[in-house]
Amino acid sequence: MATQQHDSSVYEQVQASERFQELKRHFRSWTFPMTAAFLSWYLLYVVLSGWARDFMGIKVLGNITVGLILGLLQFVSTFWIAWAYSRHAEKKLDPIADEIRNEIEGRPE
Amino acid sequence: MSSQSLATVLFLLFVVATLGITFWASRQTKTAADYYAGGRSFSGVQNGLAIGGDYMSAASFLGIAGIIALSGYDGFLYSIGFLVAWLVALLLVAELMRNSGKFTMADVLAFRMSPRPVRTAAGVSTIVVSIVYLVAQMLGAGVLVGLLLGVTNPAGKAWTIVGVGVLMIIYVVVGGMKGTTWVQIVKAVLLMSGATLITLLVLGKYGFNLSGLMGDAAAQSGKGAAFLEPGLKYGTEAQGLAGKLDLISLGLALVLGTAGLPHILIRFYTVPTAKDARKSVIWGIGIIGTFYLLTLVLGFGAAALVGGKTIAAQDKGGNTAAPLLAQKIGQEIFGDVGGTILLAVIAAVAFATILAVVAGLTLASSSSFAHDLYAHVFKRGNVTDKEEVVVARISAFVIGAVAIGLSILAQGQNVAFLVALAFAVAASGNLPAILYSLFWKDFNTAGAVSAIYGGLISAVVLVIFSPVVSGSSTALFPDADFAWFPLSNPGLISIPIGFLAGWLGTKLSKEYNAAKYAEIEVRSLTGVGAEKAVEH
Repeated sequence: MATQQHDSSVYEQVQASERFQELKRHFRSWTFPMTAAFLSWYLLYVVLSGWARDFMGIKVLGNITVGLILGLLQFVSTFWIAWAYSRHAEKKLDPIADEIRNEIEGRPE
Repeated sequence: MSSQSLATVLFLLFVVATLGITFWASRQTKTAADYYAGGRSFSGVQNGLAIGGDYMSAASFLGIAGIIALSGYDGFLYSIGFLVAWLVALLLVAELMRNSGKFTMADVLAFRMSPRPVRTAAGVSTIVVSIVYLVAQMLGAGVLVGLLLGVTNPAGKAWTIVGVGVLMIIYVVVGGMKGTTWVQIVKAVLLMSGATLITLLVLGKYGFNLSGLMGDAAAQSGKGAAFLEPGLKYGTEAQGLAGKLDLISLGLALVLGTAGLPHILIRFYTVPTAKDARKSVIWGIGIIGTFYLLTLVLGFGAAALVGGKTIAAQDKGGNTAAPLLAQKIGQEIFGDVGGTILLAVIAAVAFATILAVVAGLTLASSSSFAHDLYAHVFKRGNVTDKEEVVVARISAFVIGAVAIGLSILAQGQNVAFLVALAFAVAASGNLPAILYSLFWKDFNTAGAVSAIYGGLISAVVLVIFSPVVSGSSTALFPDADFAWFPLSNPGLISIPIGFLAGWLGTKLSKEYNAAKYAEIEVRSLTGVGAEKAVEH
C-alpha cells in the first residue's frame, strides 16, 4: 500500500488547519445538500409514477404528458448538476486542494 | 447476402479489430498498474467513453428500448434511474476513490481498517455482484443470437455463450485493463453511432415532431392512451400496494447501486488524477444521458412503426424491438437492401455491447480476487507485482469459465431478476461501506464488515424468498412456492439494512484510529500521495 510516504502526524496537522477545514466545508456544503436534493427529486418522480398516475398522464402538448416532461426534466437536472459541480469544483475546491498538496509534497521527507 | 450473414461478418470485423487492439495492449502491459488500471494513463474523454461502454449493457440497449416499445412510459423510469445514479458517483465517490485507492474498491475500504476481514468481505461482494451480472449478460448473448441470427436450438445458444465467454477471457487475460478499456471505447462509439443513426431516421420520418411519434406509438402499441402513462409494467394496479412499493424498491436500487458496482469503480483508477476522474464521469453522464434519450425514441419508434403485436410475437420481453425498428425504417427509406444492412449493423452493435460489458465484469472480479483475496488475505501482502498479475490472469480465466458454466446451466430459466439483484447488492452492501469509509470518522472494521455482509446477505436472502424465485408462473422455480417476501426487488429493505448494520457494527466496536482518518480525509480531498500514472 502506498501509505508510508508521509508521517501520519503531517496528515493530522493538515486536517486541523484552517485551509483544509475550508476545503472540507466547500466540498461538503455543496455536495451533501445537492445529493439530498437530487435523490428527493428522483424519488418524488418515482412516487408520482406509482401513486399519481392520472396526474402523470395529463396531456400538456399534443401527446406529450406531464410524466414525460418530468422525466425529461430529470435528464435536464442531471446534466445541469454535473455541469454546476464541475464549475464549483474548479472554482472553490481545486485551488485549495492544489495549494495543500503542493505544500505537503514540497516538504522535505 | 442475408442480414444474418452480414451481421456475422460485421461482428467478426469487430472481433478482429478488438483482438488486434488487445494484443497491442498486451505489449504495453508490464506492471501491475498497467494490468489493473491501464497504467492510469487514459484521458478524461477516453475514460468517459469507456465508462459509457462499460455501463450501457445489452440489457439497457435492447431491454429498455423493448420495455418502452411494449409498455411505453414505464421503460423510461428504468433509464432515468440508471442516469441519475451517476450523480452519486460524480459528487461523492469518483474523485475521492481515485485519490485514496489503488486498484480495487477494497483499497479504499481497507485503508484505515484491519485489512484482512475488510478485504475478504469486499472481495466476496465484488465477486458475487460481478458473477451475477456476468451470467445475466451472457444469457442475454444466447437469447440474442437466437433472435437475431435465427439460432434456436439450445446447443447453438450454448456455443454462442461459450464463444462470448472465450472472447471476453482473451480480452481480459491478454489485454488487461488497457485492452478492456479500448474494447469499451470502440463499443461506445459504435453503439452511439448506431443508435443516433436510427433515431435520426425515425425522427426525420416524423418531421422531428415528438408528439406525432408518440401518438402513433400509442395507437400502434395496442395499449391506447395507457401507453403514455405510468403503470403498464411496473406496479400495475392489479399488483396493488406491493407492486407500487416494488417500483420504489427498484428505483432505489438503480439510483444507489451504480456507485457501488465494482466494475464501474475500477474505471476511476485508469486516469492520472482526480480531476480527470471528474472529467470522465461528466463525459460519461453526457454519453449515457444522450444514449437513454435515444432509446426513448427507439422504443417509441419501434411501437409506432413495427407495432406492439409484431414485437411481442417475436419476443415477450421486446428485446428485438430495436433491431426490428432498424430493419423497418431501413426498408422504408432505402428499400430492402437498406433494411438488411441496418438490421445487421444493429445486431453486430448489440454483440459488441455485450462483449465490452462482460470483459469489464471479468476484469473487476479477477482483479479483486488477485489483489484483495490472494495478495492481501492469503499472502498477507508478501507478494510481488509480477506474481499478483499472474494470479489475476489465472483468476480471470477461472471466473470466465465459471460464468460460462453457470450461464449454460441457467439457459432457458427466467433470470431477468439478476441485473436488478446485482444493483441491489451493490447499493445495500458496497455503497454504505464506501460512503462511511470516506465521510464518517468513527467508521471501523466491524462497521465495514457488517455493512457489506449485512447488505449482501439481506439482498440475496430476500430475493430467494421473493416471487421471482418461487410461487409465480414467471419465477425461476414456477412449481415450488416458498416465497414470503412480496417484492421482487429487495432494495427497499436491504439498503436500509446495509446502512444500519454498518452503523451498528461501528458503534459496537471500540476500534478507532484518528491518525488514519486524518490521512484518508486529507488524501481523498487533496490528492496528496495519490497513485501516479505509469511512465513508459
